[in-house]
Amino acid sequence: MTALLEVRALCAGYAGSQVLDGVDLDLERGSGLGLLGRNGAGKSTLVLTLMGLVPATSGTVRLDGAPLPRRPHLVARAGVAVVPQGRRLWPPLTVAEHLRLAHRGTGTWTPATVLDLLPQLAARRHQPAAHLSGGEQQMLAIARALLTNPRLVLLDEPSDGLAPAVVDTIAEVVLRLRAEGVPVLLVEQDLRLAFTVCDEIAVMERGTIVHRAATAAFRADPATAHRLLGVA
Amino acid sequence: MGDWLDANLVGVVNGFAIGFLLFIVAVGLSLVFGMMDVLNLAHGALFLTGAYVGAAVVGGDASWGGFLGALGLAAGLGLAGGVLLSALTEPLRRRSHLDQALLTLGVTLVVAELLVIAYGDDPLSVGAPPGLDGSVPVLGAAYPVYRLALIGVGALLAVAVFVLVERTDMGALIRATVADRDMVAAIGVDNRLVRVRVFAAGSMLAATAGVLGGPIYGARPGLDATILILALVVVVVGGLGSVRGALVGALLIGQVDSLGRSLLPDAAPFVLFGSLALVLVLRPQGLFGGRGVARA
Ligand SMILES: Nc1ncnc2c1ncn2[C@@H]1O[C@H](COP(=O)(O)OP(=O)(O)O)[C@@H](O)[C@H]1O
Ligand SMILES: [Mg+2]
Repeated sequence: MTALLEVRALCAGYAGSQVLDGVDLDLERGSGLGLLGRNGAGKSTLVLTLMGLVPATSGTVRLDGAPLPRRPHLVARAGVAVVPQGRRLWPPLTVAEHLRLAHRGTGTWTPATVLDLLPQLAARRHQPAAHLSGGEQQMLAIARALLTNPRLVLLDEPSDGLAPAVVDTIAEVVLRLRAEGVPVLLVEQDLRLAFTVCDEIAVMERGTIVHRAATAAFRADPATAHRLLGVA
Repeated sequence: MGDWLDANLVGVVNGFAIGFLLFIVAVGLSLVFGMMDVLNLAHGALFLTGAYVGAAVVGGDASWGGFLGALGLAAGLGLAGGVLLSALTEPLRRRSHLDQALLTLGVTLVVAELLVIAYGDDPLSVGAPPGLDGSVPVLGAAYPVYRLALIGVGALLAVAVFVLVERTDMGALIRATVADRDMVAAIGVDNRLVRVRVFAAGSMLAATAGVLGGPIYGARPGLDATILILALVVVVVGGLGSVRGALVGALLIGQVDSLGRSLLPDAAPFVLFGSLALVLVLRPQGLFGGRGVARA
Protein backbone atom coordinates (compact mmCIF):
# COMPACT_ATOMS: atom_id res chain seq x y z
CA MET A 1 0.00 0.00 0.00
CA THR A 2 1.36 3.45 -0.87
CA ALA A 3 1.58 6.18 1.72
CA LEU A 4 -1.45 8.47 2.11
CA LEU A 5 0.74 11.56 1.74
CA GLU A 6 3.75 11.58 -0.55
CA VAL A 7 5.87 14.71 -0.78
CA ARG A 8 8.71 14.73 -3.31
CA ALA A 9 11.39 17.41 -3.82
CA LEU A 10 9.02 20.13 -2.65
CA CYS A 11 10.37 23.69 -2.96
CA ALA A 12 8.63 26.89 -1.90
CA GLY A 13 9.33 30.31 -0.45
CA TYR A 14 8.31 33.92 -0.22
CA ALA A 15 8.81 36.66 -2.82
CA GLY A 16 12.35 35.90 -3.89
CA SER A 17 13.62 33.93 -0.91
CA GLN A 18 13.45 30.15 -1.15
CA VAL A 19 12.63 28.46 2.15
CA LEU A 20 11.75 24.84 1.34
CA ASP A 21 14.64 23.23 -0.47
CA GLY A 22 13.53 19.82 -1.68
CA VAL A 23 11.39 18.26 1.05
CA ASP A 24 10.69 14.52 0.82
CA LEU A 25 8.11 13.10 3.20
CA ASP A 26 5.78 10.10 3.46
CA LEU A 27 2.91 9.65 5.86
CA GLU A 28 1.09 6.34 6.28
CA ARG A 29 -2.54 6.03 7.30
CA GLY A 30 -2.91 6.36 11.04
CA SER A 31 0.68 7.37 11.60
CA GLY A 32 1.92 10.32 13.62
CA LEU A 33 5.00 12.20 12.47
CA GLY A 34 6.57 14.71 14.84
CA LEU A 35 8.38 17.42 12.90
CA LEU A 36 11.07 19.14 14.93
CA GLY A 37 13.61 21.78 14.04
CA ARG A 38 15.01 25.11 15.09
CA ASN A 39 13.13 28.37 14.61
CA GLY A 40 13.21 29.46 11.00
CA ALA A 41 13.96 25.97 9.68
CA GLY A 42 10.87 26.10 7.45
CA LYS A 43 8.42 23.90 9.39
CA SER A 44 5.53 26.36 9.20
CA THR A 45 6.32 27.08 5.57
CA LEU A 46 6.02 23.34 4.87
CA VAL A 47 2.63 23.21 6.60
CA LEU A 48 1.37 26.26 4.68
CA THR A 49 2.74 24.96 1.39
CA LEU A 50 1.01 21.59 1.83
CA MET A 51 -2.21 23.50 2.50
CA GLY A 52 -1.73 25.55 -0.69
CA LEU A 53 -1.42 28.80 1.26
CA VAL A 54 2.20 29.30 0.18
CA PRO A 55 2.65 28.45 -3.51
CA ALA A 56 5.04 25.58 -4.27
CA THR A 57 7.68 26.49 -6.83
CA SER A 58 8.49 22.88 -7.73
CA GLY A 59 8.07 19.33 -6.53
CA THR A 60 5.01 17.12 -6.15
CA VAL A 61 2.55 16.35 -3.40
CA ARG A 62 0.22 13.36 -3.68
CA LEU A 63 -2.67 12.44 -1.41
CA ASP A 64 -3.82 8.85 -1.74
CA GLY A 65 -2.03 8.66 -5.10
CA ALA A 66 -3.69 11.74 -6.64
CA PRO A 67 -1.84 15.03 -7.08
CA LEU A 68 -2.92 17.53 -4.44
CA PRO A 69 -4.66 20.58 -5.97
CA ARG A 70 -2.90 23.95 -5.73
CA ARG A 71 -5.67 26.24 -4.52
CA PRO A 72 -6.18 26.04 -0.74
CA HIS A 73 -9.95 25.53 -0.78
CA LEU A 74 -9.48 22.55 -3.09
CA VAL A 75 -6.73 21.16 -0.84
CA ALA A 76 -9.19 21.40 2.05
CA ARG A 77 -11.89 19.66 0.03
CA ALA A 78 -9.40 16.93 -0.91
CA GLY A 79 -9.22 16.18 2.82
CA VAL A 80 -6.35 18.15 4.35
CA ALA A 81 -6.97 20.24 7.47
CA VAL A 82 -4.63 22.61 9.24
CA VAL A 83 -4.32 23.95 12.77
CA PRO A 84 -1.94 26.78 11.93
CA GLN A 85 0.74 28.30 14.11
CA GLY A 86 -0.81 31.12 16.12
CA ARG A 87 -4.26 29.47 15.74
CA ARG A 88 -5.57 32.13 13.34
CA LEU A 89 -9.19 32.07 14.48
CA TRP A 90 -11.67 34.68 13.29
CA PRO A 91 -11.77 36.90 16.41
CA PRO A 92 -15.21 38.53 15.95
CA LEU A 93 -16.97 35.22 15.22
CA THR A 94 -18.50 33.21 18.05
CA VAL A 95 -17.52 29.63 18.84
CA ALA A 96 -20.79 28.41 17.35
CA GLU A 97 -20.18 30.39 14.15
CA HIS A 98 -16.72 28.86 13.79
CA LEU A 99 -18.20 25.39 14.16
CA ARG A 100 -21.05 25.97 11.72
CA LEU A 101 -18.84 27.49 9.00
CA ALA A 102 -16.18 24.80 9.21
CA HIS A 103 -18.52 21.79 9.13
CA ARG A 104 -18.40 19.91 5.84
CA GLY A 105 -18.53 16.34 4.64
CA THR A 106 -20.38 13.38 6.13
CA GLY A 107 -17.73 11.95 8.45
CA THR A 108 -17.76 11.42 12.21
CA TRP A 109 -17.21 15.05 13.07
CA THR A 110 -20.22 17.29 13.58
CA PRO A 111 -20.52 20.29 15.90
CA ALA A 112 -22.12 17.93 18.45
CA THR A 113 -19.39 15.24 18.37
CA VAL A 114 -16.65 17.89 18.46
CA LEU A 115 -18.22 19.47 21.54
CA ASP A 116 -18.38 16.03 23.17
CA LEU A 117 -14.63 15.70 22.66
CA LEU A 118 -13.89 19.31 23.69
CA PRO A 119 -16.56 20.05 26.32
CA GLN A 120 -14.85 23.22 27.51
CA LEU A 121 -16.01 24.86 24.27
CA ALA A 122 -19.67 24.04 24.81
CA ALA A 123 -20.06 26.51 27.66
CA ARG A 124 -18.61 29.26 25.50
CA ARG A 125 -20.68 28.69 22.38
CA HIS A 126 -21.93 32.25 22.15
CA GLN A 127 -18.65 33.98 22.99
CA PRO A 128 -16.59 35.61 20.26
CA ALA A 129 -13.27 33.80 19.75
CA ALA A 130 -11.48 36.96 20.86
CA HIS A 131 -12.84 36.47 24.40
CA LEU A 132 -11.60 32.88 24.83
CA SER A 133 -8.55 31.87 26.87
CA GLY A 134 -5.46 30.65 25.02
CA GLY A 135 -6.34 27.02 25.70
CA GLU A 136 -9.94 27.46 24.56
CA GLN A 137 -8.73 29.20 21.41
CA GLN A 138 -6.49 26.24 20.61
CA MET A 139 -9.39 23.84 21.22
CA LEU A 140 -11.48 25.90 18.81
CA ALA A 141 -8.72 25.89 16.18
CA ILE A 142 -8.57 22.09 16.50
CA ALA A 143 -12.37 21.81 16.38
CA ARG A 144 -12.43 23.91 13.21
CA ALA A 145 -9.96 21.55 11.54
CA LEU A 146 -11.78 18.37 12.66
CA LEU A 147 -15.13 19.64 11.37
CA THR A 148 -13.90 19.50 7.78
CA ASN A 149 -13.77 15.70 8.33
CA PRO A 150 -10.20 15.51 7.05
CA ARG A 151 -8.13 12.55 5.87
CA LEU A 152 -4.91 14.23 7.03
CA VAL A 153 -4.34 16.80 9.78
CA LEU A 154 -1.44 19.27 9.99
CA LEU A 155 -0.84 20.74 13.46
CA ASP A 156 1.69 23.58 13.82
CA GLU A 157 2.93 24.06 17.38
CA PRO A 158 -0.47 23.47 19.01
CA SER A 159 0.94 23.36 22.56
CA ASP A 160 2.61 26.76 22.26
CA GLY A 161 2.13 28.69 25.51
CA LEU A 162 -0.54 26.36 26.93
CA ALA A 163 -1.03 24.77 30.34
CA PRO A 164 -0.24 21.05 30.79
CA ALA A 165 -3.91 20.10 31.05
CA VAL A 166 -4.58 21.62 27.63
CA VAL A 167 -1.55 19.84 26.17
CA ASP A 168 -3.01 16.57 27.49
CA THR A 169 -6.24 17.27 25.60
CA ILE A 170 -4.24 17.93 22.43
CA ALA A 171 -2.47 14.58 22.90
CA GLU A 172 -5.84 12.86 23.32
CA VAL A 173 -7.14 14.40 20.07
CA VAL A 174 -4.05 13.34 18.09
CA LEU A 175 -4.27 9.76 19.39
CA ARG A 176 -7.98 9.61 18.62
CA LEU A 177 -7.38 10.81 15.03
CA ARG A 178 -4.63 8.25 14.53
CA ALA A 179 -6.83 5.50 15.92
CA GLU A 180 -9.38 6.39 13.24
CA GLY A 181 -6.72 6.07 10.54
CA VAL A 182 -6.18 9.80 10.04
CA PRO A 183 -2.44 10.57 9.98
CA VAL A 184 -1.13 13.62 11.81
CA LEU A 185 1.84 15.82 10.98
CA LEU A 186 2.71 17.50 14.27
CA VAL A 187 5.16 20.39 14.29
CA GLU A 188 6.27 20.80 17.91
CA GLN A 189 8.80 22.43 20.22
CA ASP A 190 7.40 20.41 23.13
CA LEU A 191 9.39 17.18 22.75
CA ARG A 192 7.36 15.39 25.40
CA LEU A 193 4.15 15.90 23.44
CA ALA A 194 5.79 14.84 20.17
CA PHE A 195 7.28 11.73 21.80
CA THR A 196 3.95 10.80 23.41
CA VAL A 197 1.72 10.95 20.32
CA CYS A 198 4.05 10.32 17.36
CA ASP A 199 5.50 7.03 16.19
CA GLU A 200 8.15 8.80 14.11
CA ILE A 201 10.23 11.93 14.43
CA ALA A 202 11.69 14.00 11.60
CA VAL A 203 14.01 16.96 11.94
CA MET A 204 14.03 19.87 9.53
CA GLU A 205 16.99 22.13 8.91
CA ARG A 206 17.30 24.91 6.36
CA GLY A 207 14.29 23.74 4.37
CA THR A 208 14.97 20.02 4.14
CA ILE A 209 14.38 16.93 6.26
CA VAL A 210 17.82 16.07 7.60
CA HIS A 211 16.92 13.21 9.93
CA ARG A 212 14.11 10.75 10.38
CA ALA A 213 13.77 7.95 12.92
CA ALA A 214 11.23 5.95 14.89
CA THR A 215 10.37 7.80 18.10
CA ALA A 216 11.98 5.15 20.31
CA ALA A 217 15.20 5.24 18.30
CA PHE A 218 15.26 9.04 18.35
CA ARG A 219 14.85 9.09 22.13
CA ALA A 220 17.59 6.52 22.52
CA ASP A 221 20.04 8.78 20.67
CA PRO A 222 20.24 12.04 22.65
CA ALA A 223 23.53 12.99 20.97
CA THR A 224 21.82 13.34 17.59
CA ALA A 225 18.91 15.22 19.13
CA HIS A 226 21.34 17.57 20.78
CA ARG A 227 23.30 18.15 17.59
CA LEU A 228 20.16 18.83 15.51
CA LEU A 229 18.04 20.73 17.98
CA GLY A 230 20.47 22.14 20.53
CA VAL A 231 18.53 20.44 23.34
CA ALA A 232 19.33 17.62 25.70
CA MET B 1 -29.24 73.04 23.90
CA GLY B 2 -32.98 73.29 23.10
CA ASP B 3 -32.45 76.59 21.30
CA TRP B 4 -29.54 75.21 19.38
CA LEU B 5 -31.60 72.24 18.28
CA ASP B 6 -34.50 74.49 17.23
CA ALA B 7 -32.17 76.54 15.11
CA ASN B 8 -30.41 73.57 13.58
CA LEU B 9 -33.06 70.87 13.42
CA VAL B 10 -33.25 71.08 9.64
CA GLY B 11 -29.48 70.68 9.46
CA VAL B 12 -29.61 67.67 11.79
CA VAL B 13 -32.40 65.96 9.84
CA ASN B 14 -30.52 66.66 6.61
CA GLY B 15 -27.50 65.11 8.25
CA PHE B 16 -29.44 61.91 8.91
CA ALA B 17 -30.71 61.76 5.32
CA ILE B 18 -27.17 62.22 3.97
CA GLY B 19 -25.83 59.83 6.61
CA PHE B 20 -28.11 56.94 5.68
CA LEU B 21 -27.44 57.52 1.99
CA LEU B 22 -23.71 57.47 2.73
CA PHE B 23 -24.10 54.23 4.65
CA ILE B 24 -25.71 52.58 1.64
CA VAL B 25 -22.79 53.72 -0.51
CA ALA B 26 -20.00 53.09 1.96
CA VAL B 27 -20.90 49.64 3.30
CA GLY B 28 -19.93 47.92 0.04
CA LEU B 29 -16.71 49.91 -0.22
CA SER B 30 -15.80 49.02 3.35
CA LEU B 31 -16.52 45.30 3.00
CA VAL B 32 -14.66 44.94 -0.29
CA PHE B 33 -11.67 46.86 1.03
CA GLY B 34 -11.72 45.16 4.42
CA MET B 35 -12.24 41.70 2.99
CA MET B 36 -10.19 41.54 -0.10
CA ASP B 37 -7.86 44.50 0.30
CA VAL B 38 -9.23 45.84 -2.96
CA LEU B 39 -9.35 49.62 -3.05
CA ASN B 40 -12.23 50.18 -5.46
CA LEU B 41 -12.23 53.82 -6.57
CA ALA B 42 -14.92 52.99 -9.13
CA HIS B 43 -17.45 52.90 -6.30
CA GLY B 44 -18.34 56.56 -6.96
CA ALA B 45 -18.91 55.77 -10.63
CA LEU B 46 -21.52 53.20 -9.63
CA PHE B 47 -23.35 55.88 -7.66
CA LEU B 48 -23.07 58.25 -10.65
CA THR B 49 -24.46 55.58 -12.98
CA GLY B 50 -27.42 55.18 -10.65
CA ALA B 51 -27.94 58.94 -10.60
CA TYR B 52 -28.04 59.11 -14.40
CA VAL B 53 -30.35 56.10 -14.56
CA GLY B 54 -32.61 58.11 -12.26
CA ALA B 55 -32.33 61.21 -14.45
CA ALA B 56 -32.98 59.26 -17.66
CA VAL B 57 -35.81 57.05 -16.43
CA VAL B 58 -37.47 59.27 -13.84
CA GLY B 59 -36.53 62.74 -14.99
CA GLY B 60 -38.03 65.82 -13.39
CA ASP B 61 -41.57 64.54 -13.61
CA ALA B 62 -41.59 61.44 -11.45
CA SER B 63 -44.04 58.56 -11.32
CA TRP B 64 -43.86 55.61 -8.94
CA GLY B 65 -43.46 53.23 -11.86
CA GLY B 66 -40.57 55.27 -13.21
CA PHE B 67 -38.90 55.59 -9.83
CA LEU B 68 -39.15 51.90 -8.96
CA GLY B 69 -38.12 50.98 -12.49
CA ALA B 70 -35.05 53.18 -12.14
CA LEU B 71 -34.21 51.50 -8.82
CA GLY B 72 -34.50 48.06 -10.43
CA LEU B 73 -32.44 49.05 -13.47
CA ALA B 74 -29.74 50.64 -11.31
CA ALA B 75 -29.67 47.55 -9.10
CA GLY B 76 -29.17 45.33 -12.15
CA LEU B 77 -26.45 47.56 -13.59
CA GLY B 78 -24.77 47.72 -10.18
CA LEU B 79 -24.78 43.93 -9.86
CA ALA B 80 -23.28 43.51 -13.31
CA GLY B 81 -20.76 46.28 -12.67
CA GLY B 82 -19.73 44.64 -9.39
CA VAL B 83 -19.13 41.27 -11.04
CA LEU B 84 -17.10 43.01 -13.76
CA LEU B 85 -15.05 45.02 -11.27
CA SER B 86 -14.39 41.91 -9.21
CA ALA B 87 -13.09 40.12 -12.31
CA LEU B 88 -11.00 43.14 -13.36
CA THR B 89 -9.34 43.53 -9.98
CA GLU B 90 -8.83 39.80 -9.30
CA PRO B 91 -5.45 39.69 -11.11
CA LEU B 92 -4.30 42.68 -9.02
CA ARG B 93 -5.25 41.03 -5.74
CA ARG B 94 -1.71 40.60 -4.50
CA ARG B 95 -0.45 43.84 -6.06
CA SER B 96 -0.26 47.22 -4.35
CA HIS B 97 -3.26 49.41 -3.63
CA LEU B 98 -1.80 51.94 -6.06
CA ASP B 99 -2.22 49.48 -8.95
CA GLN B 100 -5.81 48.78 -7.90
CA ALA B 101 -6.47 52.51 -7.47
CA LEU B 102 -5.14 53.28 -10.95
CA LEU B 103 -7.22 50.58 -12.60
CA THR B 104 -10.46 51.47 -10.83
CA LEU B 105 -9.81 55.20 -11.29
CA GLY B 106 -9.44 54.49 -15.02
CA VAL B 107 -12.80 52.69 -14.99
CA THR B 108 -14.31 55.72 -13.22
CA LEU B 109 -12.98 58.15 -15.82
CA VAL B 110 -14.30 56.02 -18.70
CA VAL B 111 -17.74 55.65 -17.11
CA ALA B 112 -17.96 59.37 -16.25
CA GLU B 113 -16.90 60.38 -19.75
CA LEU B 114 -19.40 58.02 -21.38
CA LEU B 115 -22.16 59.52 -19.22
CA VAL B 116 -21.13 63.04 -20.27
CA ILE B 117 -21.17 61.98 -23.93
CA ALA B 118 -24.64 60.48 -23.49
CA TYR B 119 -26.24 63.14 -21.28
CA GLY B 120 -24.12 66.29 -21.66
CA ASP B 121 -22.48 68.11 -18.79
CA ASP B 122 -25.44 70.12 -17.51
CA PRO B 123 -26.81 68.99 -14.16
CA LEU B 124 -30.00 66.94 -14.53
CA SER B 125 -32.68 66.73 -11.91
CA VAL B 126 -34.50 63.69 -10.58
CA GLY B 127 -37.97 64.19 -9.16
CA ALA B 128 -39.30 62.54 -6.05
CA PRO B 129 -42.21 60.14 -6.67
CA PRO B 130 -45.77 61.44 -6.15
CA GLY B 131 -46.70 61.80 -2.50
CA LEU B 132 -43.08 62.26 -1.51
CA ASP B 133 -42.50 65.38 -3.59
CA GLY B 134 -44.10 67.85 -1.20
CA SER B 135 -42.95 69.23 2.08
CA VAL B 136 -44.10 69.05 5.68
CA PRO B 137 -43.79 71.73 8.31
CA VAL B 138 -40.94 71.09 10.71
CA LEU B 139 -40.81 73.71 13.47
CA GLY B 140 -42.40 76.27 11.22
CA ALA B 141 -40.09 75.63 8.25
CA ALA B 142 -41.10 73.57 5.23
CA TYR B 143 -39.10 70.35 5.03
CA PRO B 144 -39.05 68.05 1.96
CA VAL B 145 -40.97 64.82 2.64
CA TYR B 146 -38.62 62.89 0.38
CA ARG B 147 -35.71 63.38 2.76
CA LEU B 148 -37.75 61.94 5.62
CA ALA B 149 -38.67 58.97 3.42
CA LEU B 150 -34.99 58.58 2.55
CA ILE B 151 -34.17 58.36 6.24
CA GLY B 152 -36.79 55.61 6.60
CA VAL B 153 -35.57 53.63 3.59
CA GLY B 154 -31.93 54.11 4.60
CA ALA B 155 -32.66 52.92 8.13
CA LEU B 156 -34.47 49.84 6.79
CA LEU B 157 -31.59 49.00 4.46
CA ALA B 158 -29.11 49.55 7.27
CA VAL B 159 -31.03 47.11 9.48
CA ALA B 160 -31.25 44.59 6.63
CA VAL B 161 -27.52 44.76 5.88
CA PHE B 162 -26.71 44.62 9.57
CA VAL B 163 -28.84 41.52 10.17
CA LEU B 164 -27.47 39.85 7.06
CA VAL B 165 -23.83 40.43 7.97
CA GLU B 166 -24.01 40.09 11.75
CA ARG B 167 -26.65 37.40 12.24
CA THR B 168 -26.60 34.95 9.31
CA ASP B 169 -24.15 32.25 8.25
CA MET B 170 -23.49 34.07 4.97
CA GLY B 171 -22.61 37.10 7.07
CA ALA B 172 -20.38 35.03 9.34
CA LEU B 173 -18.52 33.91 6.24
CA ILE B 174 -18.07 37.55 5.21
CA ARG B 175 -16.78 38.54 8.65
CA ALA B 176 -14.47 35.52 8.70
CA THR B 177 -13.10 36.55 5.32
CA VAL B 178 -12.45 40.05 6.62
CA ALA B 179 -10.62 38.58 9.64
CA ASP B 180 -8.49 35.92 7.90
CA ARG B 181 -9.34 34.91 4.35
CA ASP B 182 -6.64 32.24 4.13
CA MET B 183 -8.28 30.35 6.97
CA VAL B 184 -11.60 30.60 5.15
CA ALA B 185 -9.95 28.92 2.16
CA ALA B 186 -8.47 26.35 4.56
CA ILE B 187 -11.96 25.14 5.51
CA GLY B 188 -12.77 24.60 1.84
CA VAL B 189 -14.52 27.83 0.84
CA ASP B 190 -13.53 29.50 -2.43
CA ASN B 191 -12.59 33.07 -1.51
CA ARG B 192 -13.35 34.24 -5.04
CA LEU B 193 -17.03 33.36 -4.69
CA VAL B 194 -17.38 35.24 -1.42
CA ARG B 195 -15.55 38.16 -2.97
CA VAL B 196 -17.61 38.38 -6.14
CA ARG B 197 -20.85 38.20 -4.16
CA VAL B 198 -19.87 40.94 -1.77
CA PHE B 199 -18.54 43.03 -4.65
CA ALA B 200 -21.81 42.58 -6.55
CA ALA B 201 -24.03 43.31 -3.55
CA GLY B 202 -22.00 46.37 -2.52
CA SER B 203 -22.02 47.71 -6.07
CA MET B 204 -25.75 47.15 -6.32
CA LEU B 205 -26.27 49.19 -3.15
CA ALA B 206 -24.04 52.01 -4.47
CA ALA B 207 -25.92 52.20 -7.77
CA THR B 208 -29.36 52.16 -6.11
CA ALA B 209 -28.09 54.87 -3.73
CA GLY B 210 -27.50 56.98 -6.85
CA VAL B 211 -31.22 56.76 -7.68
CA LEU B 212 -32.28 57.28 -4.06
CA GLY B 213 -30.03 60.34 -3.79
CA GLY B 214 -31.33 61.69 -7.13
CA PRO B 215 -34.01 64.00 -5.71
CA ILE B 216 -31.30 65.57 -3.49
CA TYR B 217 -28.16 65.58 -5.60
CA GLY B 218 -29.55 65.17 -9.13
CA ALA B 219 -27.10 63.84 -11.71
CA ARG B 220 -24.06 65.86 -12.73
CA PRO B 221 -20.44 65.34 -13.69
CA GLY B 222 -18.18 65.29 -10.63
CA LEU B 223 -20.83 63.83 -8.34
CA ASP B 224 -18.92 60.53 -8.37
CA ALA B 225 -15.83 62.16 -6.84
CA THR B 226 -17.87 64.00 -4.21
CA ILE B 227 -19.59 60.80 -3.10
CA LEU B 228 -16.46 58.65 -3.33
CA ILE B 229 -14.53 61.02 -1.08
CA LEU B 230 -17.34 61.12 1.48
CA ALA B 231 -17.58 57.31 1.37
CA LEU B 232 -13.82 56.92 1.80
CA VAL B 233 -13.90 59.25 4.80
CA VAL B 234 -16.74 57.12 6.24
CA VAL B 235 -14.75 53.92 5.72
CA VAL B 236 -11.62 55.36 7.30
CA VAL B 237 -13.53 56.85 10.24
CA GLY B 238 -15.66 53.74 10.83
CA GLY B 239 -12.92 51.17 10.31
CA LEU B 240 -12.33 48.75 7.46
CA GLY B 241 -14.69 45.85 6.94
CA SER B 242 -17.07 46.72 9.74
CA VAL B 243 -20.79 47.21 9.07
CA ARG B 244 -21.25 48.82 12.46
CA GLY B 245 -18.34 51.15 11.68
CA ALA B 246 -19.79 52.06 8.30
CA LEU B 247 -23.14 52.91 9.91
CA VAL B 248 -21.74 54.99 12.75
CA GLY B 249 -19.18 56.61 10.44
CA ALA B 250 -21.83 57.47 7.84
CA LEU B 251 -24.21 59.00 10.39
CA LEU B 252 -21.34 60.97 11.90
CA ILE B 253 -20.03 62.23 8.58
CA GLY B 254 -23.60 63.02 7.49
CA GLN B 255 -23.93 65.34 10.50
CA VAL B 256 -20.47 66.82 10.07
CA ASP B 257 -21.13 67.51 6.41
CA SER B 258 -24.61 68.93 6.92
CA LEU B 259 -23.94 71.00 10.05
CA GLY B 260 -20.55 72.04 8.73
CA ARG B 261 -22.25 73.48 5.69
CA SER B 262 -24.97 75.31 7.62
CA LEU B 263 -22.88 76.54 10.57
CA LEU B 264 -19.49 77.16 8.99
CA PRO B 265 -20.17 77.36 5.26
CA ASP B 266 -16.69 78.61 4.43
CA ALA B 267 -14.91 76.00 6.48
CA ALA B 268 -17.07 72.96 5.65
CA PRO B 269 -14.36 70.92 3.89
CA PHE B 270 -11.97 71.66 6.74
CA VAL B 271 -14.50 70.44 9.27
CA LEU B 272 -14.96 67.22 7.28
CA PHE B 273 -11.29 66.46 6.87
CA GLY B 274 -10.49 67.82 10.31
CA SER B 275 -12.74 65.16 11.85
CA LEU B 276 -11.08 62.56 9.64
CA ALA B 277 -7.64 63.67 10.84
CA LEU B 278 -8.84 63.63 14.44
CA VAL B 279 -10.03 60.02 14.19
CA LEU B 280 -6.81 58.99 12.46
CA VAL B 281 -4.73 60.53 15.24
CA LEU B 282 -6.80 59.12 18.11
CA ARG B 283 -7.73 55.74 16.63
CA PRO B 284 -5.84 54.88 13.44
CA GLN B 285 -7.77 51.64 12.90
CA GLY B 286 -11.06 53.60 12.76
CA LEU B 287 -13.81 53.60 15.35
CA PHE B 288 -14.76 49.94 14.83
CA GLY B 289 -11.91 48.54 12.73
CA GLY B 290 -9.89 45.64 14.03
CA ARG B 291 -6.96 46.40 11.77
CA GLY B 292 -4.93 49.51 11.15
CA VAL B 293 -5.66 51.57 8.07
CA ALA B 294 -1.93 52.14 7.85
CA ARG B 295 -1.47 48.44 7.21
CA ALA B 296 -3.97 48.45 4.36
N1 LIG C 1 5.39 35.44 5.34
C1 LIG C 1 6.73 35.38 5.19
N2 LIG C 1 7.37 36.20 4.33
C2 LIG C 1 8.70 36.13 4.17
N3 LIG C 1 9.50 35.27 4.82
C3 LIG C 1 8.93 34.42 5.69
C4 LIG C 1 7.51 34.43 5.92
N4 LIG C 1 7.22 33.47 6.83
C5 LIG C 1 8.41 32.90 7.15
N5 LIG C 1 9.41 33.46 6.48
C6 LIG C 1 10.83 33.06 6.56
O1 LIG C 1 10.94 31.73 6.16
C7 LIG C 1 11.86 31.04 6.97
C8 LIG C 1 11.21 29.82 7.58
O2 LIG C 1 10.19 30.24 8.47
P1 LIG C 1 9.13 29.24 9.11
O3 LIG C 1 8.64 28.34 8.07
O4 LIG C 1 8.15 30.05 9.86
O5 LIG C 1 10.08 28.43 10.13
P2 LIG C 1 9.69 27.57 11.40
O6 LIG C 1 8.23 27.34 11.41
O7 LIG C 1 10.48 26.32 11.22
O8 LIG C 1 10.14 28.35 12.59
C9 LIG C 1 12.38 32.03 8.00
O9 LIG C 1 13.61 32.52 7.55
C10 LIG C 1 11.34 33.11 7.98
O10 LIG C 1 11.93 34.36 8.26
MG1 LIG D 1 6.81 27.88 12.78
